[in-house]
Amino acid sequence: MSFPLLTVTAVVPAVGAVLTAAVPAARRTAAKWLALLFSLATLALAVLVAVRFEPGGARYQLTESHAWIPDFGVRYELGVDGIGVALIALTALLIPFVIAAGWHDADPLETNSSRWRPTQGFFALILLVEAMVVISFEATDVFLFYVFFEAMLIPMYFLIGGFGDRAHSGSDENAAAQRSYAAVKFLLYNLAGGLIMLAAVIGLYVVAGNFSLQEITAARAAGTLDMATNTERLLFLGFFFAFAVKAPLWPLHTWLPNAMGESTAPVAVLITAVVDKVGTFAMLRFCLGLFPDASKWATPVILVLALISIVYGALLAVGQRDIKRLVAYASISHFGFIILGIFAMTSQGQSGATLYMVNHGLSTAALMLVAGFLISRRGSRLIADYGGVQKVAPVLAGTFLIGGLATLSLPGLAPFVSEFLVLVGTYARYPVVGIIATVGIVLAALYTLVLYQRTMTGPVKEEVRAMPDLHLREMLVVAPLIALLIGLGVYPKVLTDIVNPAVEYTMSDVKRTDPKPEVAVEAVPAKNGEAAK
Amino acid sequence: MNPVNYLYLAALLFTIGASGVLIRKNAIVLFMCVELMLNACNLAFVAFSRMHGNLDGQIIAFFTMVVAAAEVVVGLAIIVSLFRTRHSASVDDASLMKL
Amino acid sequence: MENLIALLIAAPLLGAAVLLCGGRRLDKAGHWLGTLFAAASFGIGVALFTDMLGRAADDRTLSQKLYTWIPVEGFQADVAFQLDQLSMTFVLLISGVGTLIHVYSIGYMEHDERRRRFFGYLNLFLAAMLLLVLADNYLLLYVGWEGVGLASYLLIGFWQHKSSAATAAKKAFLVNRVGDMGLSIAIMLLFTTFGTFAFGPVFASVGNATEGKLTAIALMLLLAACGKSAQVPLQSWLGDAMEGPTPVSALIHAATMVTAGVYLIVRSAAVFNGAPDAQLVVTVVGAVTLLFGAIVGCAKDDIKKALAGSTMSQIGYMILAAGLGPIGYVFAIMHLVTHGFFKAGLFLGAGSVMHGMNDEVDMRKYGALRKFMPVTFVTFGLGYLAIIGFPGLSGFFSKDMIIEAAFAKGGTQGWILGGVTLLGAGITAFYMTRVMLLTFFGEKRWQPDAAGHEPHPHESPKSMTVPMVILAFGSVFAGAFFEIGERFLKWLEPVTGYEHGNSPVSAMAVTASTMVVLVVGVGIAWSMYGRRPVPVLAPRGSLLTRAARRDLFQDDFNHVVLVRGGEHLTRSLVYVDHSLVDGVVNGTAASVGGLSGRLRKLQNGYARSYAVSMFGGTAILIAATLLMRAV
Repeated sequence: MSFPLLTVTAVVPAVGAVLTAAVPAARRTAAKWLALLFSLATLALAVLVAVRFEPGGARYQLTESHAWIPDFGVRYELGVDGIGVALIALTALLIPFVIAAGWHDADPLETNSSRWRPTQGFFALILLVEAMVVISFEATDVFLFYVFFEAMLIPMYFLIGGFGDRAHSGSDENAAAQRSYAAVKFLLYNLAGGLIMLAAVIGLYVVAGNFSLQEITAARAAGTLDMATNTERLLFLGFFFAFAVKAPLWPLHTWLPNAMGESTAPVAVLITAVVDKVGTFAMLRFCLGLFPDASKWATPVILVLALISIVYGALLAVGQRDIKRLVAYASISHFGFIILGIFAMTSQGQSGATLYMVNHGLSTAALMLVAGFLISRRGSRLIADYGGVQKVAPVLAGTFLIGGLATLSLPGLAPFVSEFLVLVGTYARYPVVGIIATVGIVLAALYTLVLYQRTMTGPVKEEVRAMPDLHLREMLVVAPLIALLIGLGVYPKVLTDIVNPAVEYTMSDVKRTDPKPEVAVEAVPAKNGEAAK
Repeated sequence: MNPVNYLYLAALLFTIGASGVLIRKNAIVLFMCVELMLNACNLAFVAFSRMHGNLDGQIIAFFTMVVAAAEVVVGLAIIVSLFRTRHSASVDDASLMKL
Repeated sequence: MENLIALLIAAPLLGAAVLLCGGRRLDKAGHWLGTLFAAASFGIGVALFTDMLGRAADDRTLSQKLYTWIPVEGFQADVAFQLDQLSMTFVLLISGVGTLIHVYSIGYMEHDERRRRFFGYLNLFLAAMLLLVLADNYLLLYVGWEGVGLASYLLIGFWQHKSSAATAAKKAFLVNRVGDMGLSIAIMLLFTTFGTFAFGPVFASVGNATEGKLTAIALMLLLAACGKSAQVPLQSWLGDAMEGPTPVSALIHAATMVTAGVYLIVRSAAVFNGAPDAQLVVTVVGAVTLLFGAIVGCAKDDIKKALAGSTMSQIGYMILAAGLGPIGYVFAIMHLVTHGFFKAGLFLGAGSVMHGMNDEVDMRKYGALRKFMPVTFVTFGLGYLAIIGFPGLSGFFSKDMIIEAAFAKGGTQGWILGGVTLLGAGITAFYMTRVMLLTFFGEKRWQPDAAGHEPHPHESPKSMTVPMVILAFGSVFAGAFFEIGERFLKWLEPVTGYEHGNSPVSAMAVTASTMVVLVVGVGIAWSMYGRRPVPVLAPRGSLLTRAARRDLFQDDFNHVVLVRGGEHLTRSLVYVDHSLVDGVVNGTAASVGGLSGRLRKLQNGYARSYAVSMFGGTAILIAATLLMRAV
C-alpha cells in the first residue's frame, strides 16, 4: 500500500488544531507560531500533492479506499482530479496568510481585559476548518463528503460568532448581538441547505445502492444505472440547493454580507475564499457528475440566477457604506460568474470557472486583508470615515488598489484570464447571457473605483492623518498574494495544464461538446498578407 | 362468573380518582385520588383473575400494591418537604418549572 | 531581429517595476532612470526601423512568439508580437514622443515630491501602449488596451489629493470600461465565428463570414474605439482628463492613447471592409465628433480644455477617414502622426505657459505672453499653424488628404462628409486662433491671486523647451516629408491597402476651399479677440456658447440619467435586499418563533393540565384503537 498522502494532508492541520488548542493560555505567541508552522506544513504537503499529480494520468489520482460503514456501503474514499488539486493548493496557500494576517485579531482586548479571548481557540478553529475543507475537496464518497461539508459549519460558526471585528459602530452589546445574528444566520442557512442535501444523499443511496462517486458516475455514463427523470431532478435539486446556499447564489445570498461584515477580515477571507469554494467545487463535481441530465434540465434557470447574482451583487456593492459588506457583495457577483462558467458547459467556461475559484480566492484575500489592515488602523468599517489615505500610507493604498484592480479583472492580473474564459465559454453557447454578463465588468470597475476614490483619494481626513503605513508582517502577507496575482495573470498555464484534463472528464460526464466555430479558417498566407484584401 | 358488575365498580372508582386528580388542588387529596385509581385497576385485575381462573391478575395486583407503597413513601416525602418550604400543599403553587 | 520586439515592451515595463517598487531610495535618480528606459525603447525601435527599411516592401513583417498564454481546449491565446509597417509607425511615434515627454517632465515635475512615481506610471503607459500596437491577436491587444486605461487612470488622478482629479480619473476609467465591453464582446464574436482571434487567421478568412457577423464585430470594435478615442457618445471623459499633469495630457490624451481607436479600426481593416454598414456608422461617428469637439473647443476658456476639444475634433477626422475604407486608412494614420507632433507640441506649450503662470489655466487671465516666453511662443505658434493647416506645414497635407478622401466617398454621403470636414477646418482655424490670441497677444490680463502672489511669467527651463522645439520641427516638416513622393502612402500601403478615390471635386478646388474657410475662421477669431480687448470675466455669451461651455449638456445628461438613475437604482436595490430578500428569511424565522411562542403557552406549569392532556391523549388513543377494530 502506498503512502496515504491525501489523508496526511488533511490530518496534519487537524493535528495542528488539537495541539494549538492544547497550548496553555499564557503561551499565546507559541500557539500562533505553532498554528503557522502546521499551516506551512500543510502547504508543503499540498505542493507535494500537486507535484505527484500527473495531469495526463487517470481521472482520480492518489486514491485511497477503506471500508467505513460497510452496512450502508459508506467508504472512506479519497482521490483528487485537477480541479481538486488546484483548490487544495489554494486552500493550503491561503491559510498561512489568514493566520499571519489575523495575528493580533484574537488577542485579549486591552480596554476590557477582564474578558477572556481564547486566542488558541481562534487559530485552532482556523486549522480545523482547513482540515475539513481539504478533505471535502478530496472525498470521492458522497457520504464522506457530506459529513465534512456539514461539519465545517461548526468551527465556522464559532469563528464568526466568537471573534468579531473590533471595528464596529455602536455599543459592545449591540455589536455582540449583530455578531450572534450573523453567526446564527450563517449556521441556519447552511444547515437548511445541508439537511435538504442529506435527504438527497439518502435518496441517492436508495437509487444507486452505494455512495461511491466514481462508481455512480461510471454507471451513469455507461447507462447501467437508470434514474427516473423526476427522481434525478429531485435529487439534483437537493444537492444543488445546498451548494447554492454555500456558494452563495441569489436569492440565497443574504447570509454572506452579515457573516463577512461581522467577522474579522481573515475569517471573512476564510469564508469567501475557501469555504464557499466547496459549494462551487461540489456543483462541478457532484451535480454534473451524478445528475448530468438533470443538470442540463436546470441550466436555463441556473444561468438566469447566476446572471442576477452578477448584476445584483455588483449593484448592491455600489450601494454599500461598509467596506467589508461591499467586498461581500462583490464576491456574490463573482460567484455568479463561477456558476455561469460551470453551467455554460463548455471547456472554456468550466476551465474558466475553476481558475476563477482560485483567482477569486487570491484577489479577495488581497483586497479583504488590506481592507482589514485599514479598518484595524482607524477602527471603523464605514467608507465615509476615510479619505486621502494614499497621502499618509502610500503602500497600503497601492496594495489596496492592486487588490481592487484584481477584483475588477484588469488584464495582466489573474482574475482577467478566468473571467474572460467564463465570458467566452458562456457566449459560445448562450450569446445573450454572455453579453449581459459582460455588463458586470463595467459595474465591477464602478464599485472598486468608487471604494478606492472615497477611501484613498481626496483631501486627507483629520482622523487618518496619523495612520501608519503597512508593517513588515502585513507586507509579508500582501506581497506574495500580489506576486501570485501577477504571476498567474501572465502565465496561467501552470494552472490550466492541471485543470484542463479534469474539465474534459466533466464535459464527457454531461455528454456535451464545445460549439464549433461558424466558419472555416483559411490558412494564413505565408508572408505579410494579413490585412491586404 | 360474570365480571361486569366488578368492572362497573372499577370504572366508577377510576373515574372518581381521575376527576379528583384533575379537579383538586391539595396535594394530599390528589395523592389519595391516585391511590383510588390504582385500586380501581387492582379490582379489575382481581376480577379478571377470578374469571379466568388463574393467579396472574392477583400477582399483578400485588405488584401494584408494592409500587403504590413505594410511591406513597416517595410522594409523601416530597409533599412534606414542599409544605415545609412553601407552607402550602397546593400543587398550583409549585409551577416554577414552566417556561 | 524579431527577438528585439519583446525588448521594446520589456524596457519600459522594467522601468515601471523598478521605479514603483524601488521605494524612496530612487527618488533622486528615478526620473533619469525612467527617461533612460523610454529612450532605450526608442533606440530599439529605431534599430528595428532601419532594419525594416532594408527589406522589400512585402517582406517587412516580423513576428515573435514568446509563449502560449491561455491554453484551454479550443481557445488558444498566445503572447506573440507582430511588427509591420503600421505597428512600426506607432512604435516610433509612441517611444519617440514618449521619450521627449519624459525629458519635458523632468523639468515640469521638478517640485513634485512624487516625481519618481510619475515616471513609473509614464513607463507603465509606454509598455502598455507598445503592447497594444505590437500584439498579434485581439486578446493581447486587449491587455494593452486596458493597460493604457490603467496608466491613464493613474496619471489623470496623479494629484489624488484633489477630489476633482480623483473623480476625473474614475470617470475616464469607467467610460473606457464601457468601450472595453465592446472590445470583449467583439473578441467573443470573433471566437465563436472563427474559433480564433489572432490577426492573421481572422483577416485571412473574413471572406467566409456573413456580412451580418462582420457588421456586428465591426460595430463592437467601433464601440471600443469610441471609448478609447473619446468619440461621441463616449467622449465625455476627455475634457475632465485634463485634470492630469500637462505632460500626461500631451502624451496620453493627445498624441498616443486616444489614437488607439484609430489604430484598432485601421488594424481591423479587413473586417471593416467586409461591413459597409459599419463603415458608414464609423464615418458618421467621426463627423459628429469632429463638429462636437470643434464647437466645444470654441467656447472653453481653460486652455487645456480648449485643446482637449480640439483633440477630440482631430481624432474625429481620423475616425472619419478610417471609416472611408481603403481610400482613407493611410490618411487617417498620416494625420494621426502629424497630429501627434503638433498636438503634443501645443500641449507642452500650454504646460510651459502654466508653468510660468502659477498653474493658471484660464486663458482670459493670460495675454501678451509672447514677450515673456519667446521660445514657447514660437513653438506654440508653429504648432498652431500646423493644426489649422497653414500651407506647407504638416497639418495642411494630412488634413487636406482627408477632406479630399471624404469627397471621394461619392454620392450624397461624399458631399455631406466633405462639407463637414471643410466646416470643421474652418472652426479649427477659429478656435485655435482664439487660443493663440488670448494667450500670446493683446494686453496682459493677469492679476494677483487670492494669496497676493502675482504671476511672474518666465521662460521654462531647457529640459522643457528642447522637446518643444523638436516637436515644433516635426509639426513643420513631417507633412511635407511624408507627402513628397507619396512616401507615407508607399510605406503603409502593403498593410492597409489603398485605393485612389475619385473625387467629384478636383484636388485644387479642395485646397482652395480649405484656404477660404481657413481665412474666414482666422478672420472671425481676429475680429472677436484680436481687435478689441478681451474681458477677464467671460461674458454670458449666446445660447450656443453657453451650451458649448457645458460640453453641449452631455455631462448633464450623464449626470441626470446615469449617475442619478444609478444612485436611485442601487439605493432601491439595497432596500429590496434588506427588506424583501432578507425580509422573507427573517420573516420565516420570526413566524417560526411566533408559533413556538404560542405553543409554549401550553406549558403552563400546572400538573393538572398536563394530566388532562395525558388523559385526553389516552382517551383518543383508545377510541382510535377501538374504532380501528370496529372497522
